Amino acid sequence: MSLLGEPELTEDGEFVINIGPQHPSTHGVLHLKVWLDGETIKKVQPHLGYIHRSIEKMSESLSYRNFIFATSRMDYLSAHINNEACALTVEKGLGIEAPPRAQAIRILMAELTRLSSHQLWWGCMGLDLGAVSPFFYGFRERESIMEVMEETCGARLTQNYMVPGGIMYDIHPNFQNRVKNVLKQIKENFKEYDDLLTGNVIFEGRTKGVGYLSPEDAISYGCTGPTARGSGVSCDVRKWFPYDGYDKLQFNEILETGGDCYARYMVRMAEMRQSVRIIEQMIDNIPEGDFQTKTKAVLKLPKGEFYQRVETARGELGVYIVSDGAASPYRIKYRSPNFSNLSALEHMAKGAKIGDLVAIMATIDLVIPDVDR
Amino acid sequence: MFIKDYIGTIYKSTVSLLKGMKLTGYYFTHPKKILTEEYPDNRATLKMADRFRGEVVMPHDDNNEHRCTGCQACEIACPNGTIKIITKQELQADGKKKKAIDAFVYHLELCTMCNLCVVACPSDAIVMAQTFEHSVYDKRQLKKTLNKPGSKIMEGVE
Amino acid sequence: MSLLLTIGFGPLATAIHNWVTASISNATGALATEMVIVGISLLLFLVPLCFFLGYMERRVAGFMQMRLGPNRVGPQGTLQIVADTVKLLLKEGLTPDASDKFLFNLAPIIVVVTSMLVLAPIAFAKDFQIWDISIGVLYMASVSSISVIGILMAGWSSNNKYSLLGAMRSGAQIVSYELSVGLSLITIVIFTGSLRMSDIVNSQADGWWIIKGHIPAIISFVIFVIASTAEINRAPFDLAEAEQELTAGFHTEYSGMKFAMFLLAEYINLFIVSAVAATLFLGGWMPFHIGHWEMFNHIMDFIPSSIWFMSKTFLIIFIIMQFRWTFPRLRVDQLLNLEWKYLLPISMFNILLVTVCAIMGWYF
Repeated sequence: MSLLGEPELTEDGEFVINIGPQHPSTHGVLHLKVWLDGETIKKVQPHLGYIHRSIEKMSESLSYRNFIFATSRMDYLSAHINNEACALTVEKGLGIEAPPRAQAIRILMAELTRLSSHQLWWGCMGLDLGAVSPFFYGFRERESIMEVMEETCGARLTQNYMVPGGIMYDIHPNFQNRVKNVLKQIKENFKEYDDLLTGNVIFEGRTKGVGYLSPEDAISYGCTGPTARGSGVSCDVRKWFPYDGYDKLQFNEILETGGDCYARYMVRMAEMRQSVRIIEQMIDNIPEGDFQTKTKAVLKLPKGEFYQRVETARGELGVYIVSDGAASPYRIKYRSPNFSNLSALEHMAKGAKIGDLVAIMATIDLVIPDVDR
Repeated sequence: MFIKDYIGTIYKSTVSLLKGMKLTGYYFTHPKKILTEEYPDNRATLKMADRFRGEVVMPHDDNNEHRCTGCQACEIACPNGTIKIITKQELQADGKKKKAIDAFVYHLELCTMCNLCVVACPSDAIVMAQTFEHSVYDKRQLKKTLNKPGSKIMEGVE
Repeated sequence: MSLLLTIGFGPLATAIHNWVTASISNATGALATEMVIVGISLLLFLVPLCFFLGYMERRVAGFMQMRLGPNRVGPQGTLQIVADTVKLLLKEGLTPDASDKFLFNLAPIIVVVTSMLVLAPIAFAKDFQIWDISIGVLYMASVSSISVIGILMAGWSSNNKYSLLGAMRSGAQIVSYELSVGLSLITIVIFTGSLRMSDIVNSQADGWWIIKGHIPAIISFVIFVIASTAEINRAPFDLAEAEQELTAGFHTEYSGMKFAMFLLAEYINLFIVSAVAATLFLGGWMPFHIGHWEMFNHIMDFIPSSIWFMSKTFLIIFIIMQFRWTFPRLRVDQLLNLEWKYLLPISMFNILLVTVCAIMGWYF
């Protein structure tokens, strides 16, 4: 009998192994129970809750200014975008809008976050497939973005830079120059990414045709972000429901039709280039003016329900606030992208090998605290 | 053409593998590209960004005076209950009583460095310091009183 | 020491042999004493070698990844691996309760002993060889395949699911890659006409086989390096350990000294396959000679033979290390595809080519 109470082999002669919660490739405390027939996966069951911190419930006792900081800890790789989503929802409730300068800075920060998140993902993707070096090459660019964040926001990972009505304080005087240097470095190094992984025959073998997700399944599982766009489902919130002035920018929504790990990989690689494009458009055109709208000392949302969605590095994050008119939300619900994307894992992994399971998990780009919240 | 495809596959794969080896070989032969920061050794030259949030401190001037009025705005702004302000009634020179802080208690172990207290402060009494080496062996050492003993509020700060 | 290297090891070995036979009259006793001496000197050679390989691997990995690698313990971090070994020695050697305890403890010993056995016919320098057996190449090919038993034993007896999967993968892998390794070894045997290691080395006095044997030799050299990387379970073929998939594969349950033995065996194997490749294709201890350029050949002879051997071996070790720090890992089925669909047919075709070349005398 194993620890979970099931016999070692099921009646069909299947082999049950527990991948996680402490396992090198689950990127955190994800626990997957896997039924195997030899090396072939029969069934995968994610067990959640190892890092549940009740961020939603906690937010109900915090004021509308204070609850934002906790969302940095959900999807910690796109902390900025999470904060932005919360700030936007509160702004929607208050009926105000951030000044143009704040909006521009928000977009810049969000795209820098997306770049750094995708770079970490690229490194981890290599790592999961057994190549250790990409991890360090990916971290090199991420580090320079982190330094930009540190200089302007004061923190590297959990920035808490967005406040209802704008941003917390103005950008650092060095910001524009530094971002330009970082972009130059990143554009030079895209070639290395392609040399090391994209064109590599082993990498192609490991990802092409692995973990197929059809567009219909992607929609029915509620997948968003690069996971769904790899299957050809157009779902970029920045295009469909523009916020913070994304509608004024020139960029493409990346769609691949392969539906396999390689397609998802290519979507993210192309998204990095699109992010660079957005930042290049914005960096010299940050409008002058206030960086914050004047708000009252105590924010009170009118009675009602407010929903705002944004595109994080992993997909669509929805913030749903129910207000009863008090100074803190009556109920908050986060629609996190990872939870829906994870639910498609079993569908993708069925019939694949153990090595494929790792590749599939890497291309969904899971962040477990975002699943459990 | 099976043979042609076969050889083509082998050729393409070999080229793609050699590309990767060229890249790692390049970095192996260029030790100047090494990025490692040898942290405890480079302490003297390590400079944190001036906005870096390390911990909350209360600046005092040469006369041991701070700017905190004890209004508790930071205490309300803090999402984690990190700050606790204990006030007292102080006798002024003109005989009136005035609210002043007795102790500005700051729990570093609860702090998430969100900067909301600094933003909330109306008299700029607290700022974020750039220190980051906060490790201690005993949790109690992280509970700090930010106002120095015998300190007073600065003249003219309301 | 430099004197010893330049005069060659032949006189030294003869001196020791004379001394042992003179002091011990019984022939069997003398042989046993010589064996003990060889064993001890082998250990004295292997342990520092593995320390160095461990250090080298970390430094190479570090530089390739824009890191420094170990640089704290000892000068330039050279003693880091010694510190790690001491840590492993001091750790408790845990034996899981539900494991097959006898096999569990036997497995690391088998793995280490097998890899040490293969060292016997390798010529480390001129006249410096433990056992110049007449079937040297065959001996190595056959003995090295015993190690899979140790790995299977470790995986099975651990009573751990990850270990079992890793061991099964390893079994499939080693058994298939054995073929390509054997076939690429045969290429040189056909050229040389002998299985004896010293003959193979001596036949390269006028040029190494990779140059003399041109196309077929280069093909079989590449195949040998790839297949032997797979045979010693190193990335990108480290499916038996596959950290991201099986945590640590067949040695998940091993700790302390027993784990250190697996590590030792891994590095000895790495050394052996590189030494074999160096001996067969790059001339072993033989200096770089070009045909009848007497002057040039004479200058090359000034470099001691042991340095030639070691530098060639370490060149190949470096290449295998670079594989590990560059490539992603293959999947199980792709691993077998590579062997059965690519390496083996090419090897077989290569054997044909080499035979034609040998018969027609199309080599230098």
